[in-house]
Amino acid sequence: MIKTIAGQIKEFTLPSILTPLCMIGEVICEMIIPILMGQIVDNGIQAGNMEFIMTTGAKMIVMALLGLAFGIGGGYFGSKASAGLARNLREAMFVRIQDFSFANIDHFSTSGLVTRLTTDVTNIQNAYQMLLRMAMRSPISLITAMVMSFVISPRIASIYLAAVIFLSLVMAFIMSRATRYFKQVFERYDDLNESVQENVRAIRVVKAFVREEYEKTKFTRAAKNIYDMFVKAEGNIVFISPVMMGTVYTCIMLISWIGAHMIVAGNLTTGSLMTLLTYCMNILMSLMMLSMIFVMMTMSAASARRISEVLNEVPSLQNPAEPVIEVKDGSIDFDDVDFSYREDAREMVLKDINLHIKSGESIGIIGGTGSAKSSLVNLISRLYDVTQGSLRVGGVDVRDYDMEVLRDQVSVVLQKNVLFSGTIYDNLRWGNPDATDEECREACRMACADEFIDRMPDGYETYIEQGGSNVSGGQKQRLCIARALLKKPKVLILDDSTSACDTATDARIHHAFDTMIPDTTKLIIAQRVASVEHCDRILVMENGRVDAFDTPENLLKTNAIYREVYESQTGGNGDFDH
Amino acid sequence: MAETRKKTERRYKSAKTTGGRRGQPRPRVQNPGLLFKRIMSYVFKYYKFHFIGVLVCIVAAVLANVQGTMFTRTLIDAYITPMMGQTNPDFSPLAAAIGRVAIFYGIGILASFTQQKLMIYVGQGTLSHLRVELFDHMEDLPIKYFDTHAHGDIMSIYTNDIDTLRQMISQSIPQLFNSVITVVSIFSMMLVLSVPLTLVTIVMIAVMLFCTMKVTGLSGRNFIAQQKNLGSVNGFIEEMMTGQKVVKVFNHEKANIEEFKELNDALFESAFKANAFSNIIGPINAQLSNLNYVICAIVGGALALNTFAGFTVGALASFLTFNKNIGMPINQVSMQFNSIIMALAGGERIFRLLDEKPEVDEGYVTLVNAKFVEDEGEGHLEESDEYTGWWAWKHYHKATDTTDYRLLEGDVTLNGVDFGYTDEKMVLHDIWLHAEPGMKVAFVGSTGAGKTTITNLINRFYDIQDGKIRIDDINVNKIKKKDLRQSLGMVLQDTHLFTGTVMENIRYGKLEATDEEVYAAARLANADGFIRHLPQGYETRLTGDGANLSQGQRQLLAIARAAIANPPVLILDEATSSIDTRTEKIVQDGMDSLMAGRTTFVIAHRLSTVRNSDLIVVLEQGRIIEQGTHDELIEKHGKYYQLYTGDREEQPA
Repeated sequence: MIKTIAGQIKEFTLPSILTPLCMIGEVICEMIIPILMGQIVDNGIQAGNMEFIMTTGAKMIVMALLGLAFGIGGGYFGSKASAGLARNLREAMFVRIQDFSFANIDHFSTSGLVTRLTTDVTNIQNAYQMLLRMAMRSPISLITAMVMSFVISPRIASIYLAAVIFLSLVMAFIMSRATRYFKQVFERYDDLNESVQENVRAIRVVKAFVREEYEKTKFTRAAKNIYDMFVKAEGNIVFISPVMMGTVYTCIMLISWIGAHMIVAGNLTTGSLMTLLTYCMNILMSLMMLSMIFVMMTMSAASARRISEVLNEVPSLQNPAEPVIEVKDGSIDFDDVDFSYREDAREMVLKDINLHIKSGESIGIIGGTGSAKSSLVNLISRLYDVTQGSLRVGGVDVRDYDMEVLRDQVSVVLQKNVLFSGTIYDNLRWGNPDATDEECREACRMACADEFIDRMPDGYETYIEQGGSNVSGGQKQRLCIARALLKKPKVLILDDSTSACDTATDARIHHAFDTMIPDTTKLIIAQRVASVEHCDRILVMENGRVDAFDTPENLLKTNAIYREVYESQTGGNGDFDH
Repeated sequence: MAETRKKTERRYKSAKTTGGRRGQPRPRVQNPGLLFKRIMSYVFKYYKFHFIGVLVCIVAAVLANVQGTMFTRTLIDAYITPMMGQTNPDFSPLAAAIGRVAIFYGIGILASFTQQKLMIYVGQGTLSHLRVELFDHMEDLPIKYFDTHAHGDIMSIYTNDIDTLRQMISQSIPQLFNSVITVVSIFSMMLVLSVPLTLVTIVMIAVMLFCTMKVTGLSGRNFIAQQKNLGSVNGFIEEMMTGQKVVKVFNHEKANIEEFKELNDALFESAFKANAFSNIIGPINAQLSNLNYVICAIVGGALALNTFAGFTVGALASFLTFNKNIGMPINQVSMQFNSIIMALAGGERIFRLLDEKPEVDEGYVTLVNAKFVEDEGEGHLEESDEYTGWWAWKHYHKATDTTDYRLLEGDVTLNGVDFGYTDEKMVLHDIWLHAEPGMKVAFVGSTGAGKTTITNLINRFYDIQDGKIRIDDINVNKIKKKDLRQSLGMVLQDTHLFTGTVMENIRYGKLEATDEEVYAAARLANADGFIRHLPQGYETRLTGDGANLSQGQRQLLAIARAAIANPPVLILDEATSSIDTRTEKIVQDGMDSLMAGRTTFVIAHRLSTVRNSDLIVVLEQGRIIEQGTHDELIEKHGKYYQLYTGDREEQPA
């Protein structure tokens, strides 16, 4: 895990090394300055030696300038290294995700990937900066101060040592208790946010049922819960500061007492006593810092693990060594194909599929939800690999093609389709970056999208919002079809892609396909019989198996499922329109 | 790639980072003083005494600490130095002094503990009150607010913005106060010791503050650029991850990576600069304070050696101790600047929500339980305290000081209604229609014709610009919104469920419903069957908007929820989503039994629903172009006829 993350430091290795070095330099300056300060008091002021004050003051200024240079260097390189690591991590993940197959994407889920690319990377960035700047600084500051103290006075230094051990134990105890509570707090926090989100999303339901007061009571209770938990969790944290202060004060008093005796006995100078007191603060502050670093590291460990999961994921589909780079025609052959999404699944999603589709045929596919229609067509453009058997397009096994070539020739309009923010032209050119305006318009005519695009004030330059939120469902579907058509594919697959279009438009689209791209093999999944009844053949799916595959006329006579669907949708039970 | 670049610039503008060019407008919050006052008013509203307690404790803790610093001087000057020469030194005065100091330290620890403990209540309590106030206010906002604000933005008020306030209330403010008290007390000590040296220190502190402001300005500007670039990168990631499967289908990976790199590099630039600037504030101040020490030592040395104005060596030593201690609080102040600016920005967004105008309700007609009272052969309605199964509108007439009761029947009329979401652009024009009690009214027409909009007006989610809507002959404006909506049931196309059990979700329609009533409603809606097959039946917990249910099942629950409320008027939005034919049939049957005997407005998609309606309203571009029964409209050979028959005729052979 750490190796995976560290592997992304790359060109930021130099700043990553320079940062701790600068920090060490800064610490050393910081350590020397109190000694000089002590000397100014002891040998300069107490002794009334102005010259000594000047020379030591000059030394101090040199040290301060050095410290400044190191401090600025540390800040600069630390920020560069951590922002750089974040950049590389984001880029590496993004590039890796582009290589993911559908199976890989399913494995992580969209929101999982988004969190990894955003929040998790930010966590790592902060933790890395902290690590570079503080993780070196604090222990060095602690150890140096400790060693110096021992040099000045082993007796007093041993008090520090005892204080450090005592504080570490107490803080570890408080922190572990508090983290437990905080974990609970954050869980409740998520619940609270969930409840706000629910209300924002379902505000129409809340208002329609006049449940505002009810929701308010519910929320007040949840907010009270969080409050109680927070009070409990922070109730632990507040003990840190008094313990800390108590230890510091005890140390100061002990040193004053012991130091006084030693000075009187001539074993210590007043200047050294002042220096020791400064080190006391240094040591305890470093300890405080270390405990914070520790908490931060444990918190970011989860993020690091989640990021390395993505970076270490092996894309489940690979291009063959010597790929075929031409799809001859649009014929499709399934030979004894079995398929399941997971290797260890007990039941196959698709079983014993044997289908032979000629180039240029139009095929309708119907079946209930869960009958694996989408799974079947997703195999054709090799979005997933078959588990058993073989699948050929244009006479060649899909696993032998270059994936890019195959997907350009087998164009799928997915069921859950997405438009991207950008103009209509931008979106259409996803299908073919080099398409001319005329080609785009042509595709839109075929998909019956021209009629509403022409009515839009900016026509083809209309800006589509993220996710296509400013076009209706039916319009979105037609744009997606047009986009797929621009590929000029040999096989076109529509996965329930006209469900939100009215019946007349639906029919016009299919008519256009038949007349304008007769040589393209067309596979059309639909819930509406009207969308498929003009196809050459219809495939009836049931529970992952082929129930029947025949012409519509024959199916009406021989197939019970088709007949049932047909009858339920005609004779007064069908869709009206939109 | 030029194409991609052009697109990138338009879609996700990356903010340019600035190295400190002049003339750039400083990003700032409007009226920071006012905002700060308003945030603090929340603290004072609920926790005035707590907060005063906090301030008192801070003063006590600071004084105890300063007293400790003083002690190091007296330790050397008053105890150690005099004893140094003695052969038989007496340590008992020192012991007594340490004892006294210990008491002060004890008070300091106690004060600081009390302060932190109180601060939990002040901080968390204020936030809790603020959260509840936000939510209460949000629930009272009109639908328009939710339709015109991105849900993500509303959510971020509850999460990010509230968080910035927590930072400010529970950390920055006490810290600032602490620092100010420390600085002031140290200053007064310094002034007592030496006026000229204090002046030197003040000059140095002014330099430190100036540097801090300059560098904070630079880092702040870059922080804002970073936030903006982070927003673009996150937006791009979110969009592309959502569409990742489409990206694969279209072989768009390479173009994506190019675009991403560009955004990512801009983010790196700004993040690097923002952090670099904020990182160097600390070292700069630390070294300036060391410089200050040296200058004071030299100037002070010169003064002390010449015994200028009675300035002694001992005084100089303690002055230098104070001098060393003043750098820290000043550094602390500078560290709090960024978080206070961010909190003010967060507070601005919070108050913007709180200042939104809530839904106004000037209605006075209420819905009451009613009973028939026989009265010389003629019955009349009277109000009843208990559930009778009958409902009546209680209408008080101010002019005559009389109250009359009108039976709730569900007679709805729209007279010449005009409506637009904004006054400039009307989306509905001159709508006239009359639905008698129990009638089924179907709205048909293409997307955007205004079907959903009409249903939003009947329950007053939106108010109309012109015309009248009446229910049982009462203008809906006169009816209390709460009572009006209680008389109307709604089943929306996008089903929204709440976290909780199936039972609780159905009961949402009628909170006091018994378990038996819930079962009955579920049976009516055809939902009972699948619910009993769920792992824990009616006690199955639903989360994430019913993510563990299918689309069809969610709809059945929504129907059951409407059924249990038993409203006389129903607004239905038929589903168009692709549920398979069998499930659709079950949903349809559920809807049909729900519609029986109620005035129903249905946004129809199914042939059978439309044909069986008592009144079909055909809408086009916000106008009613035809209305009548199925047979009448078919007879007419108009738009409805076209829609109804069109698909069959135009179908390719």
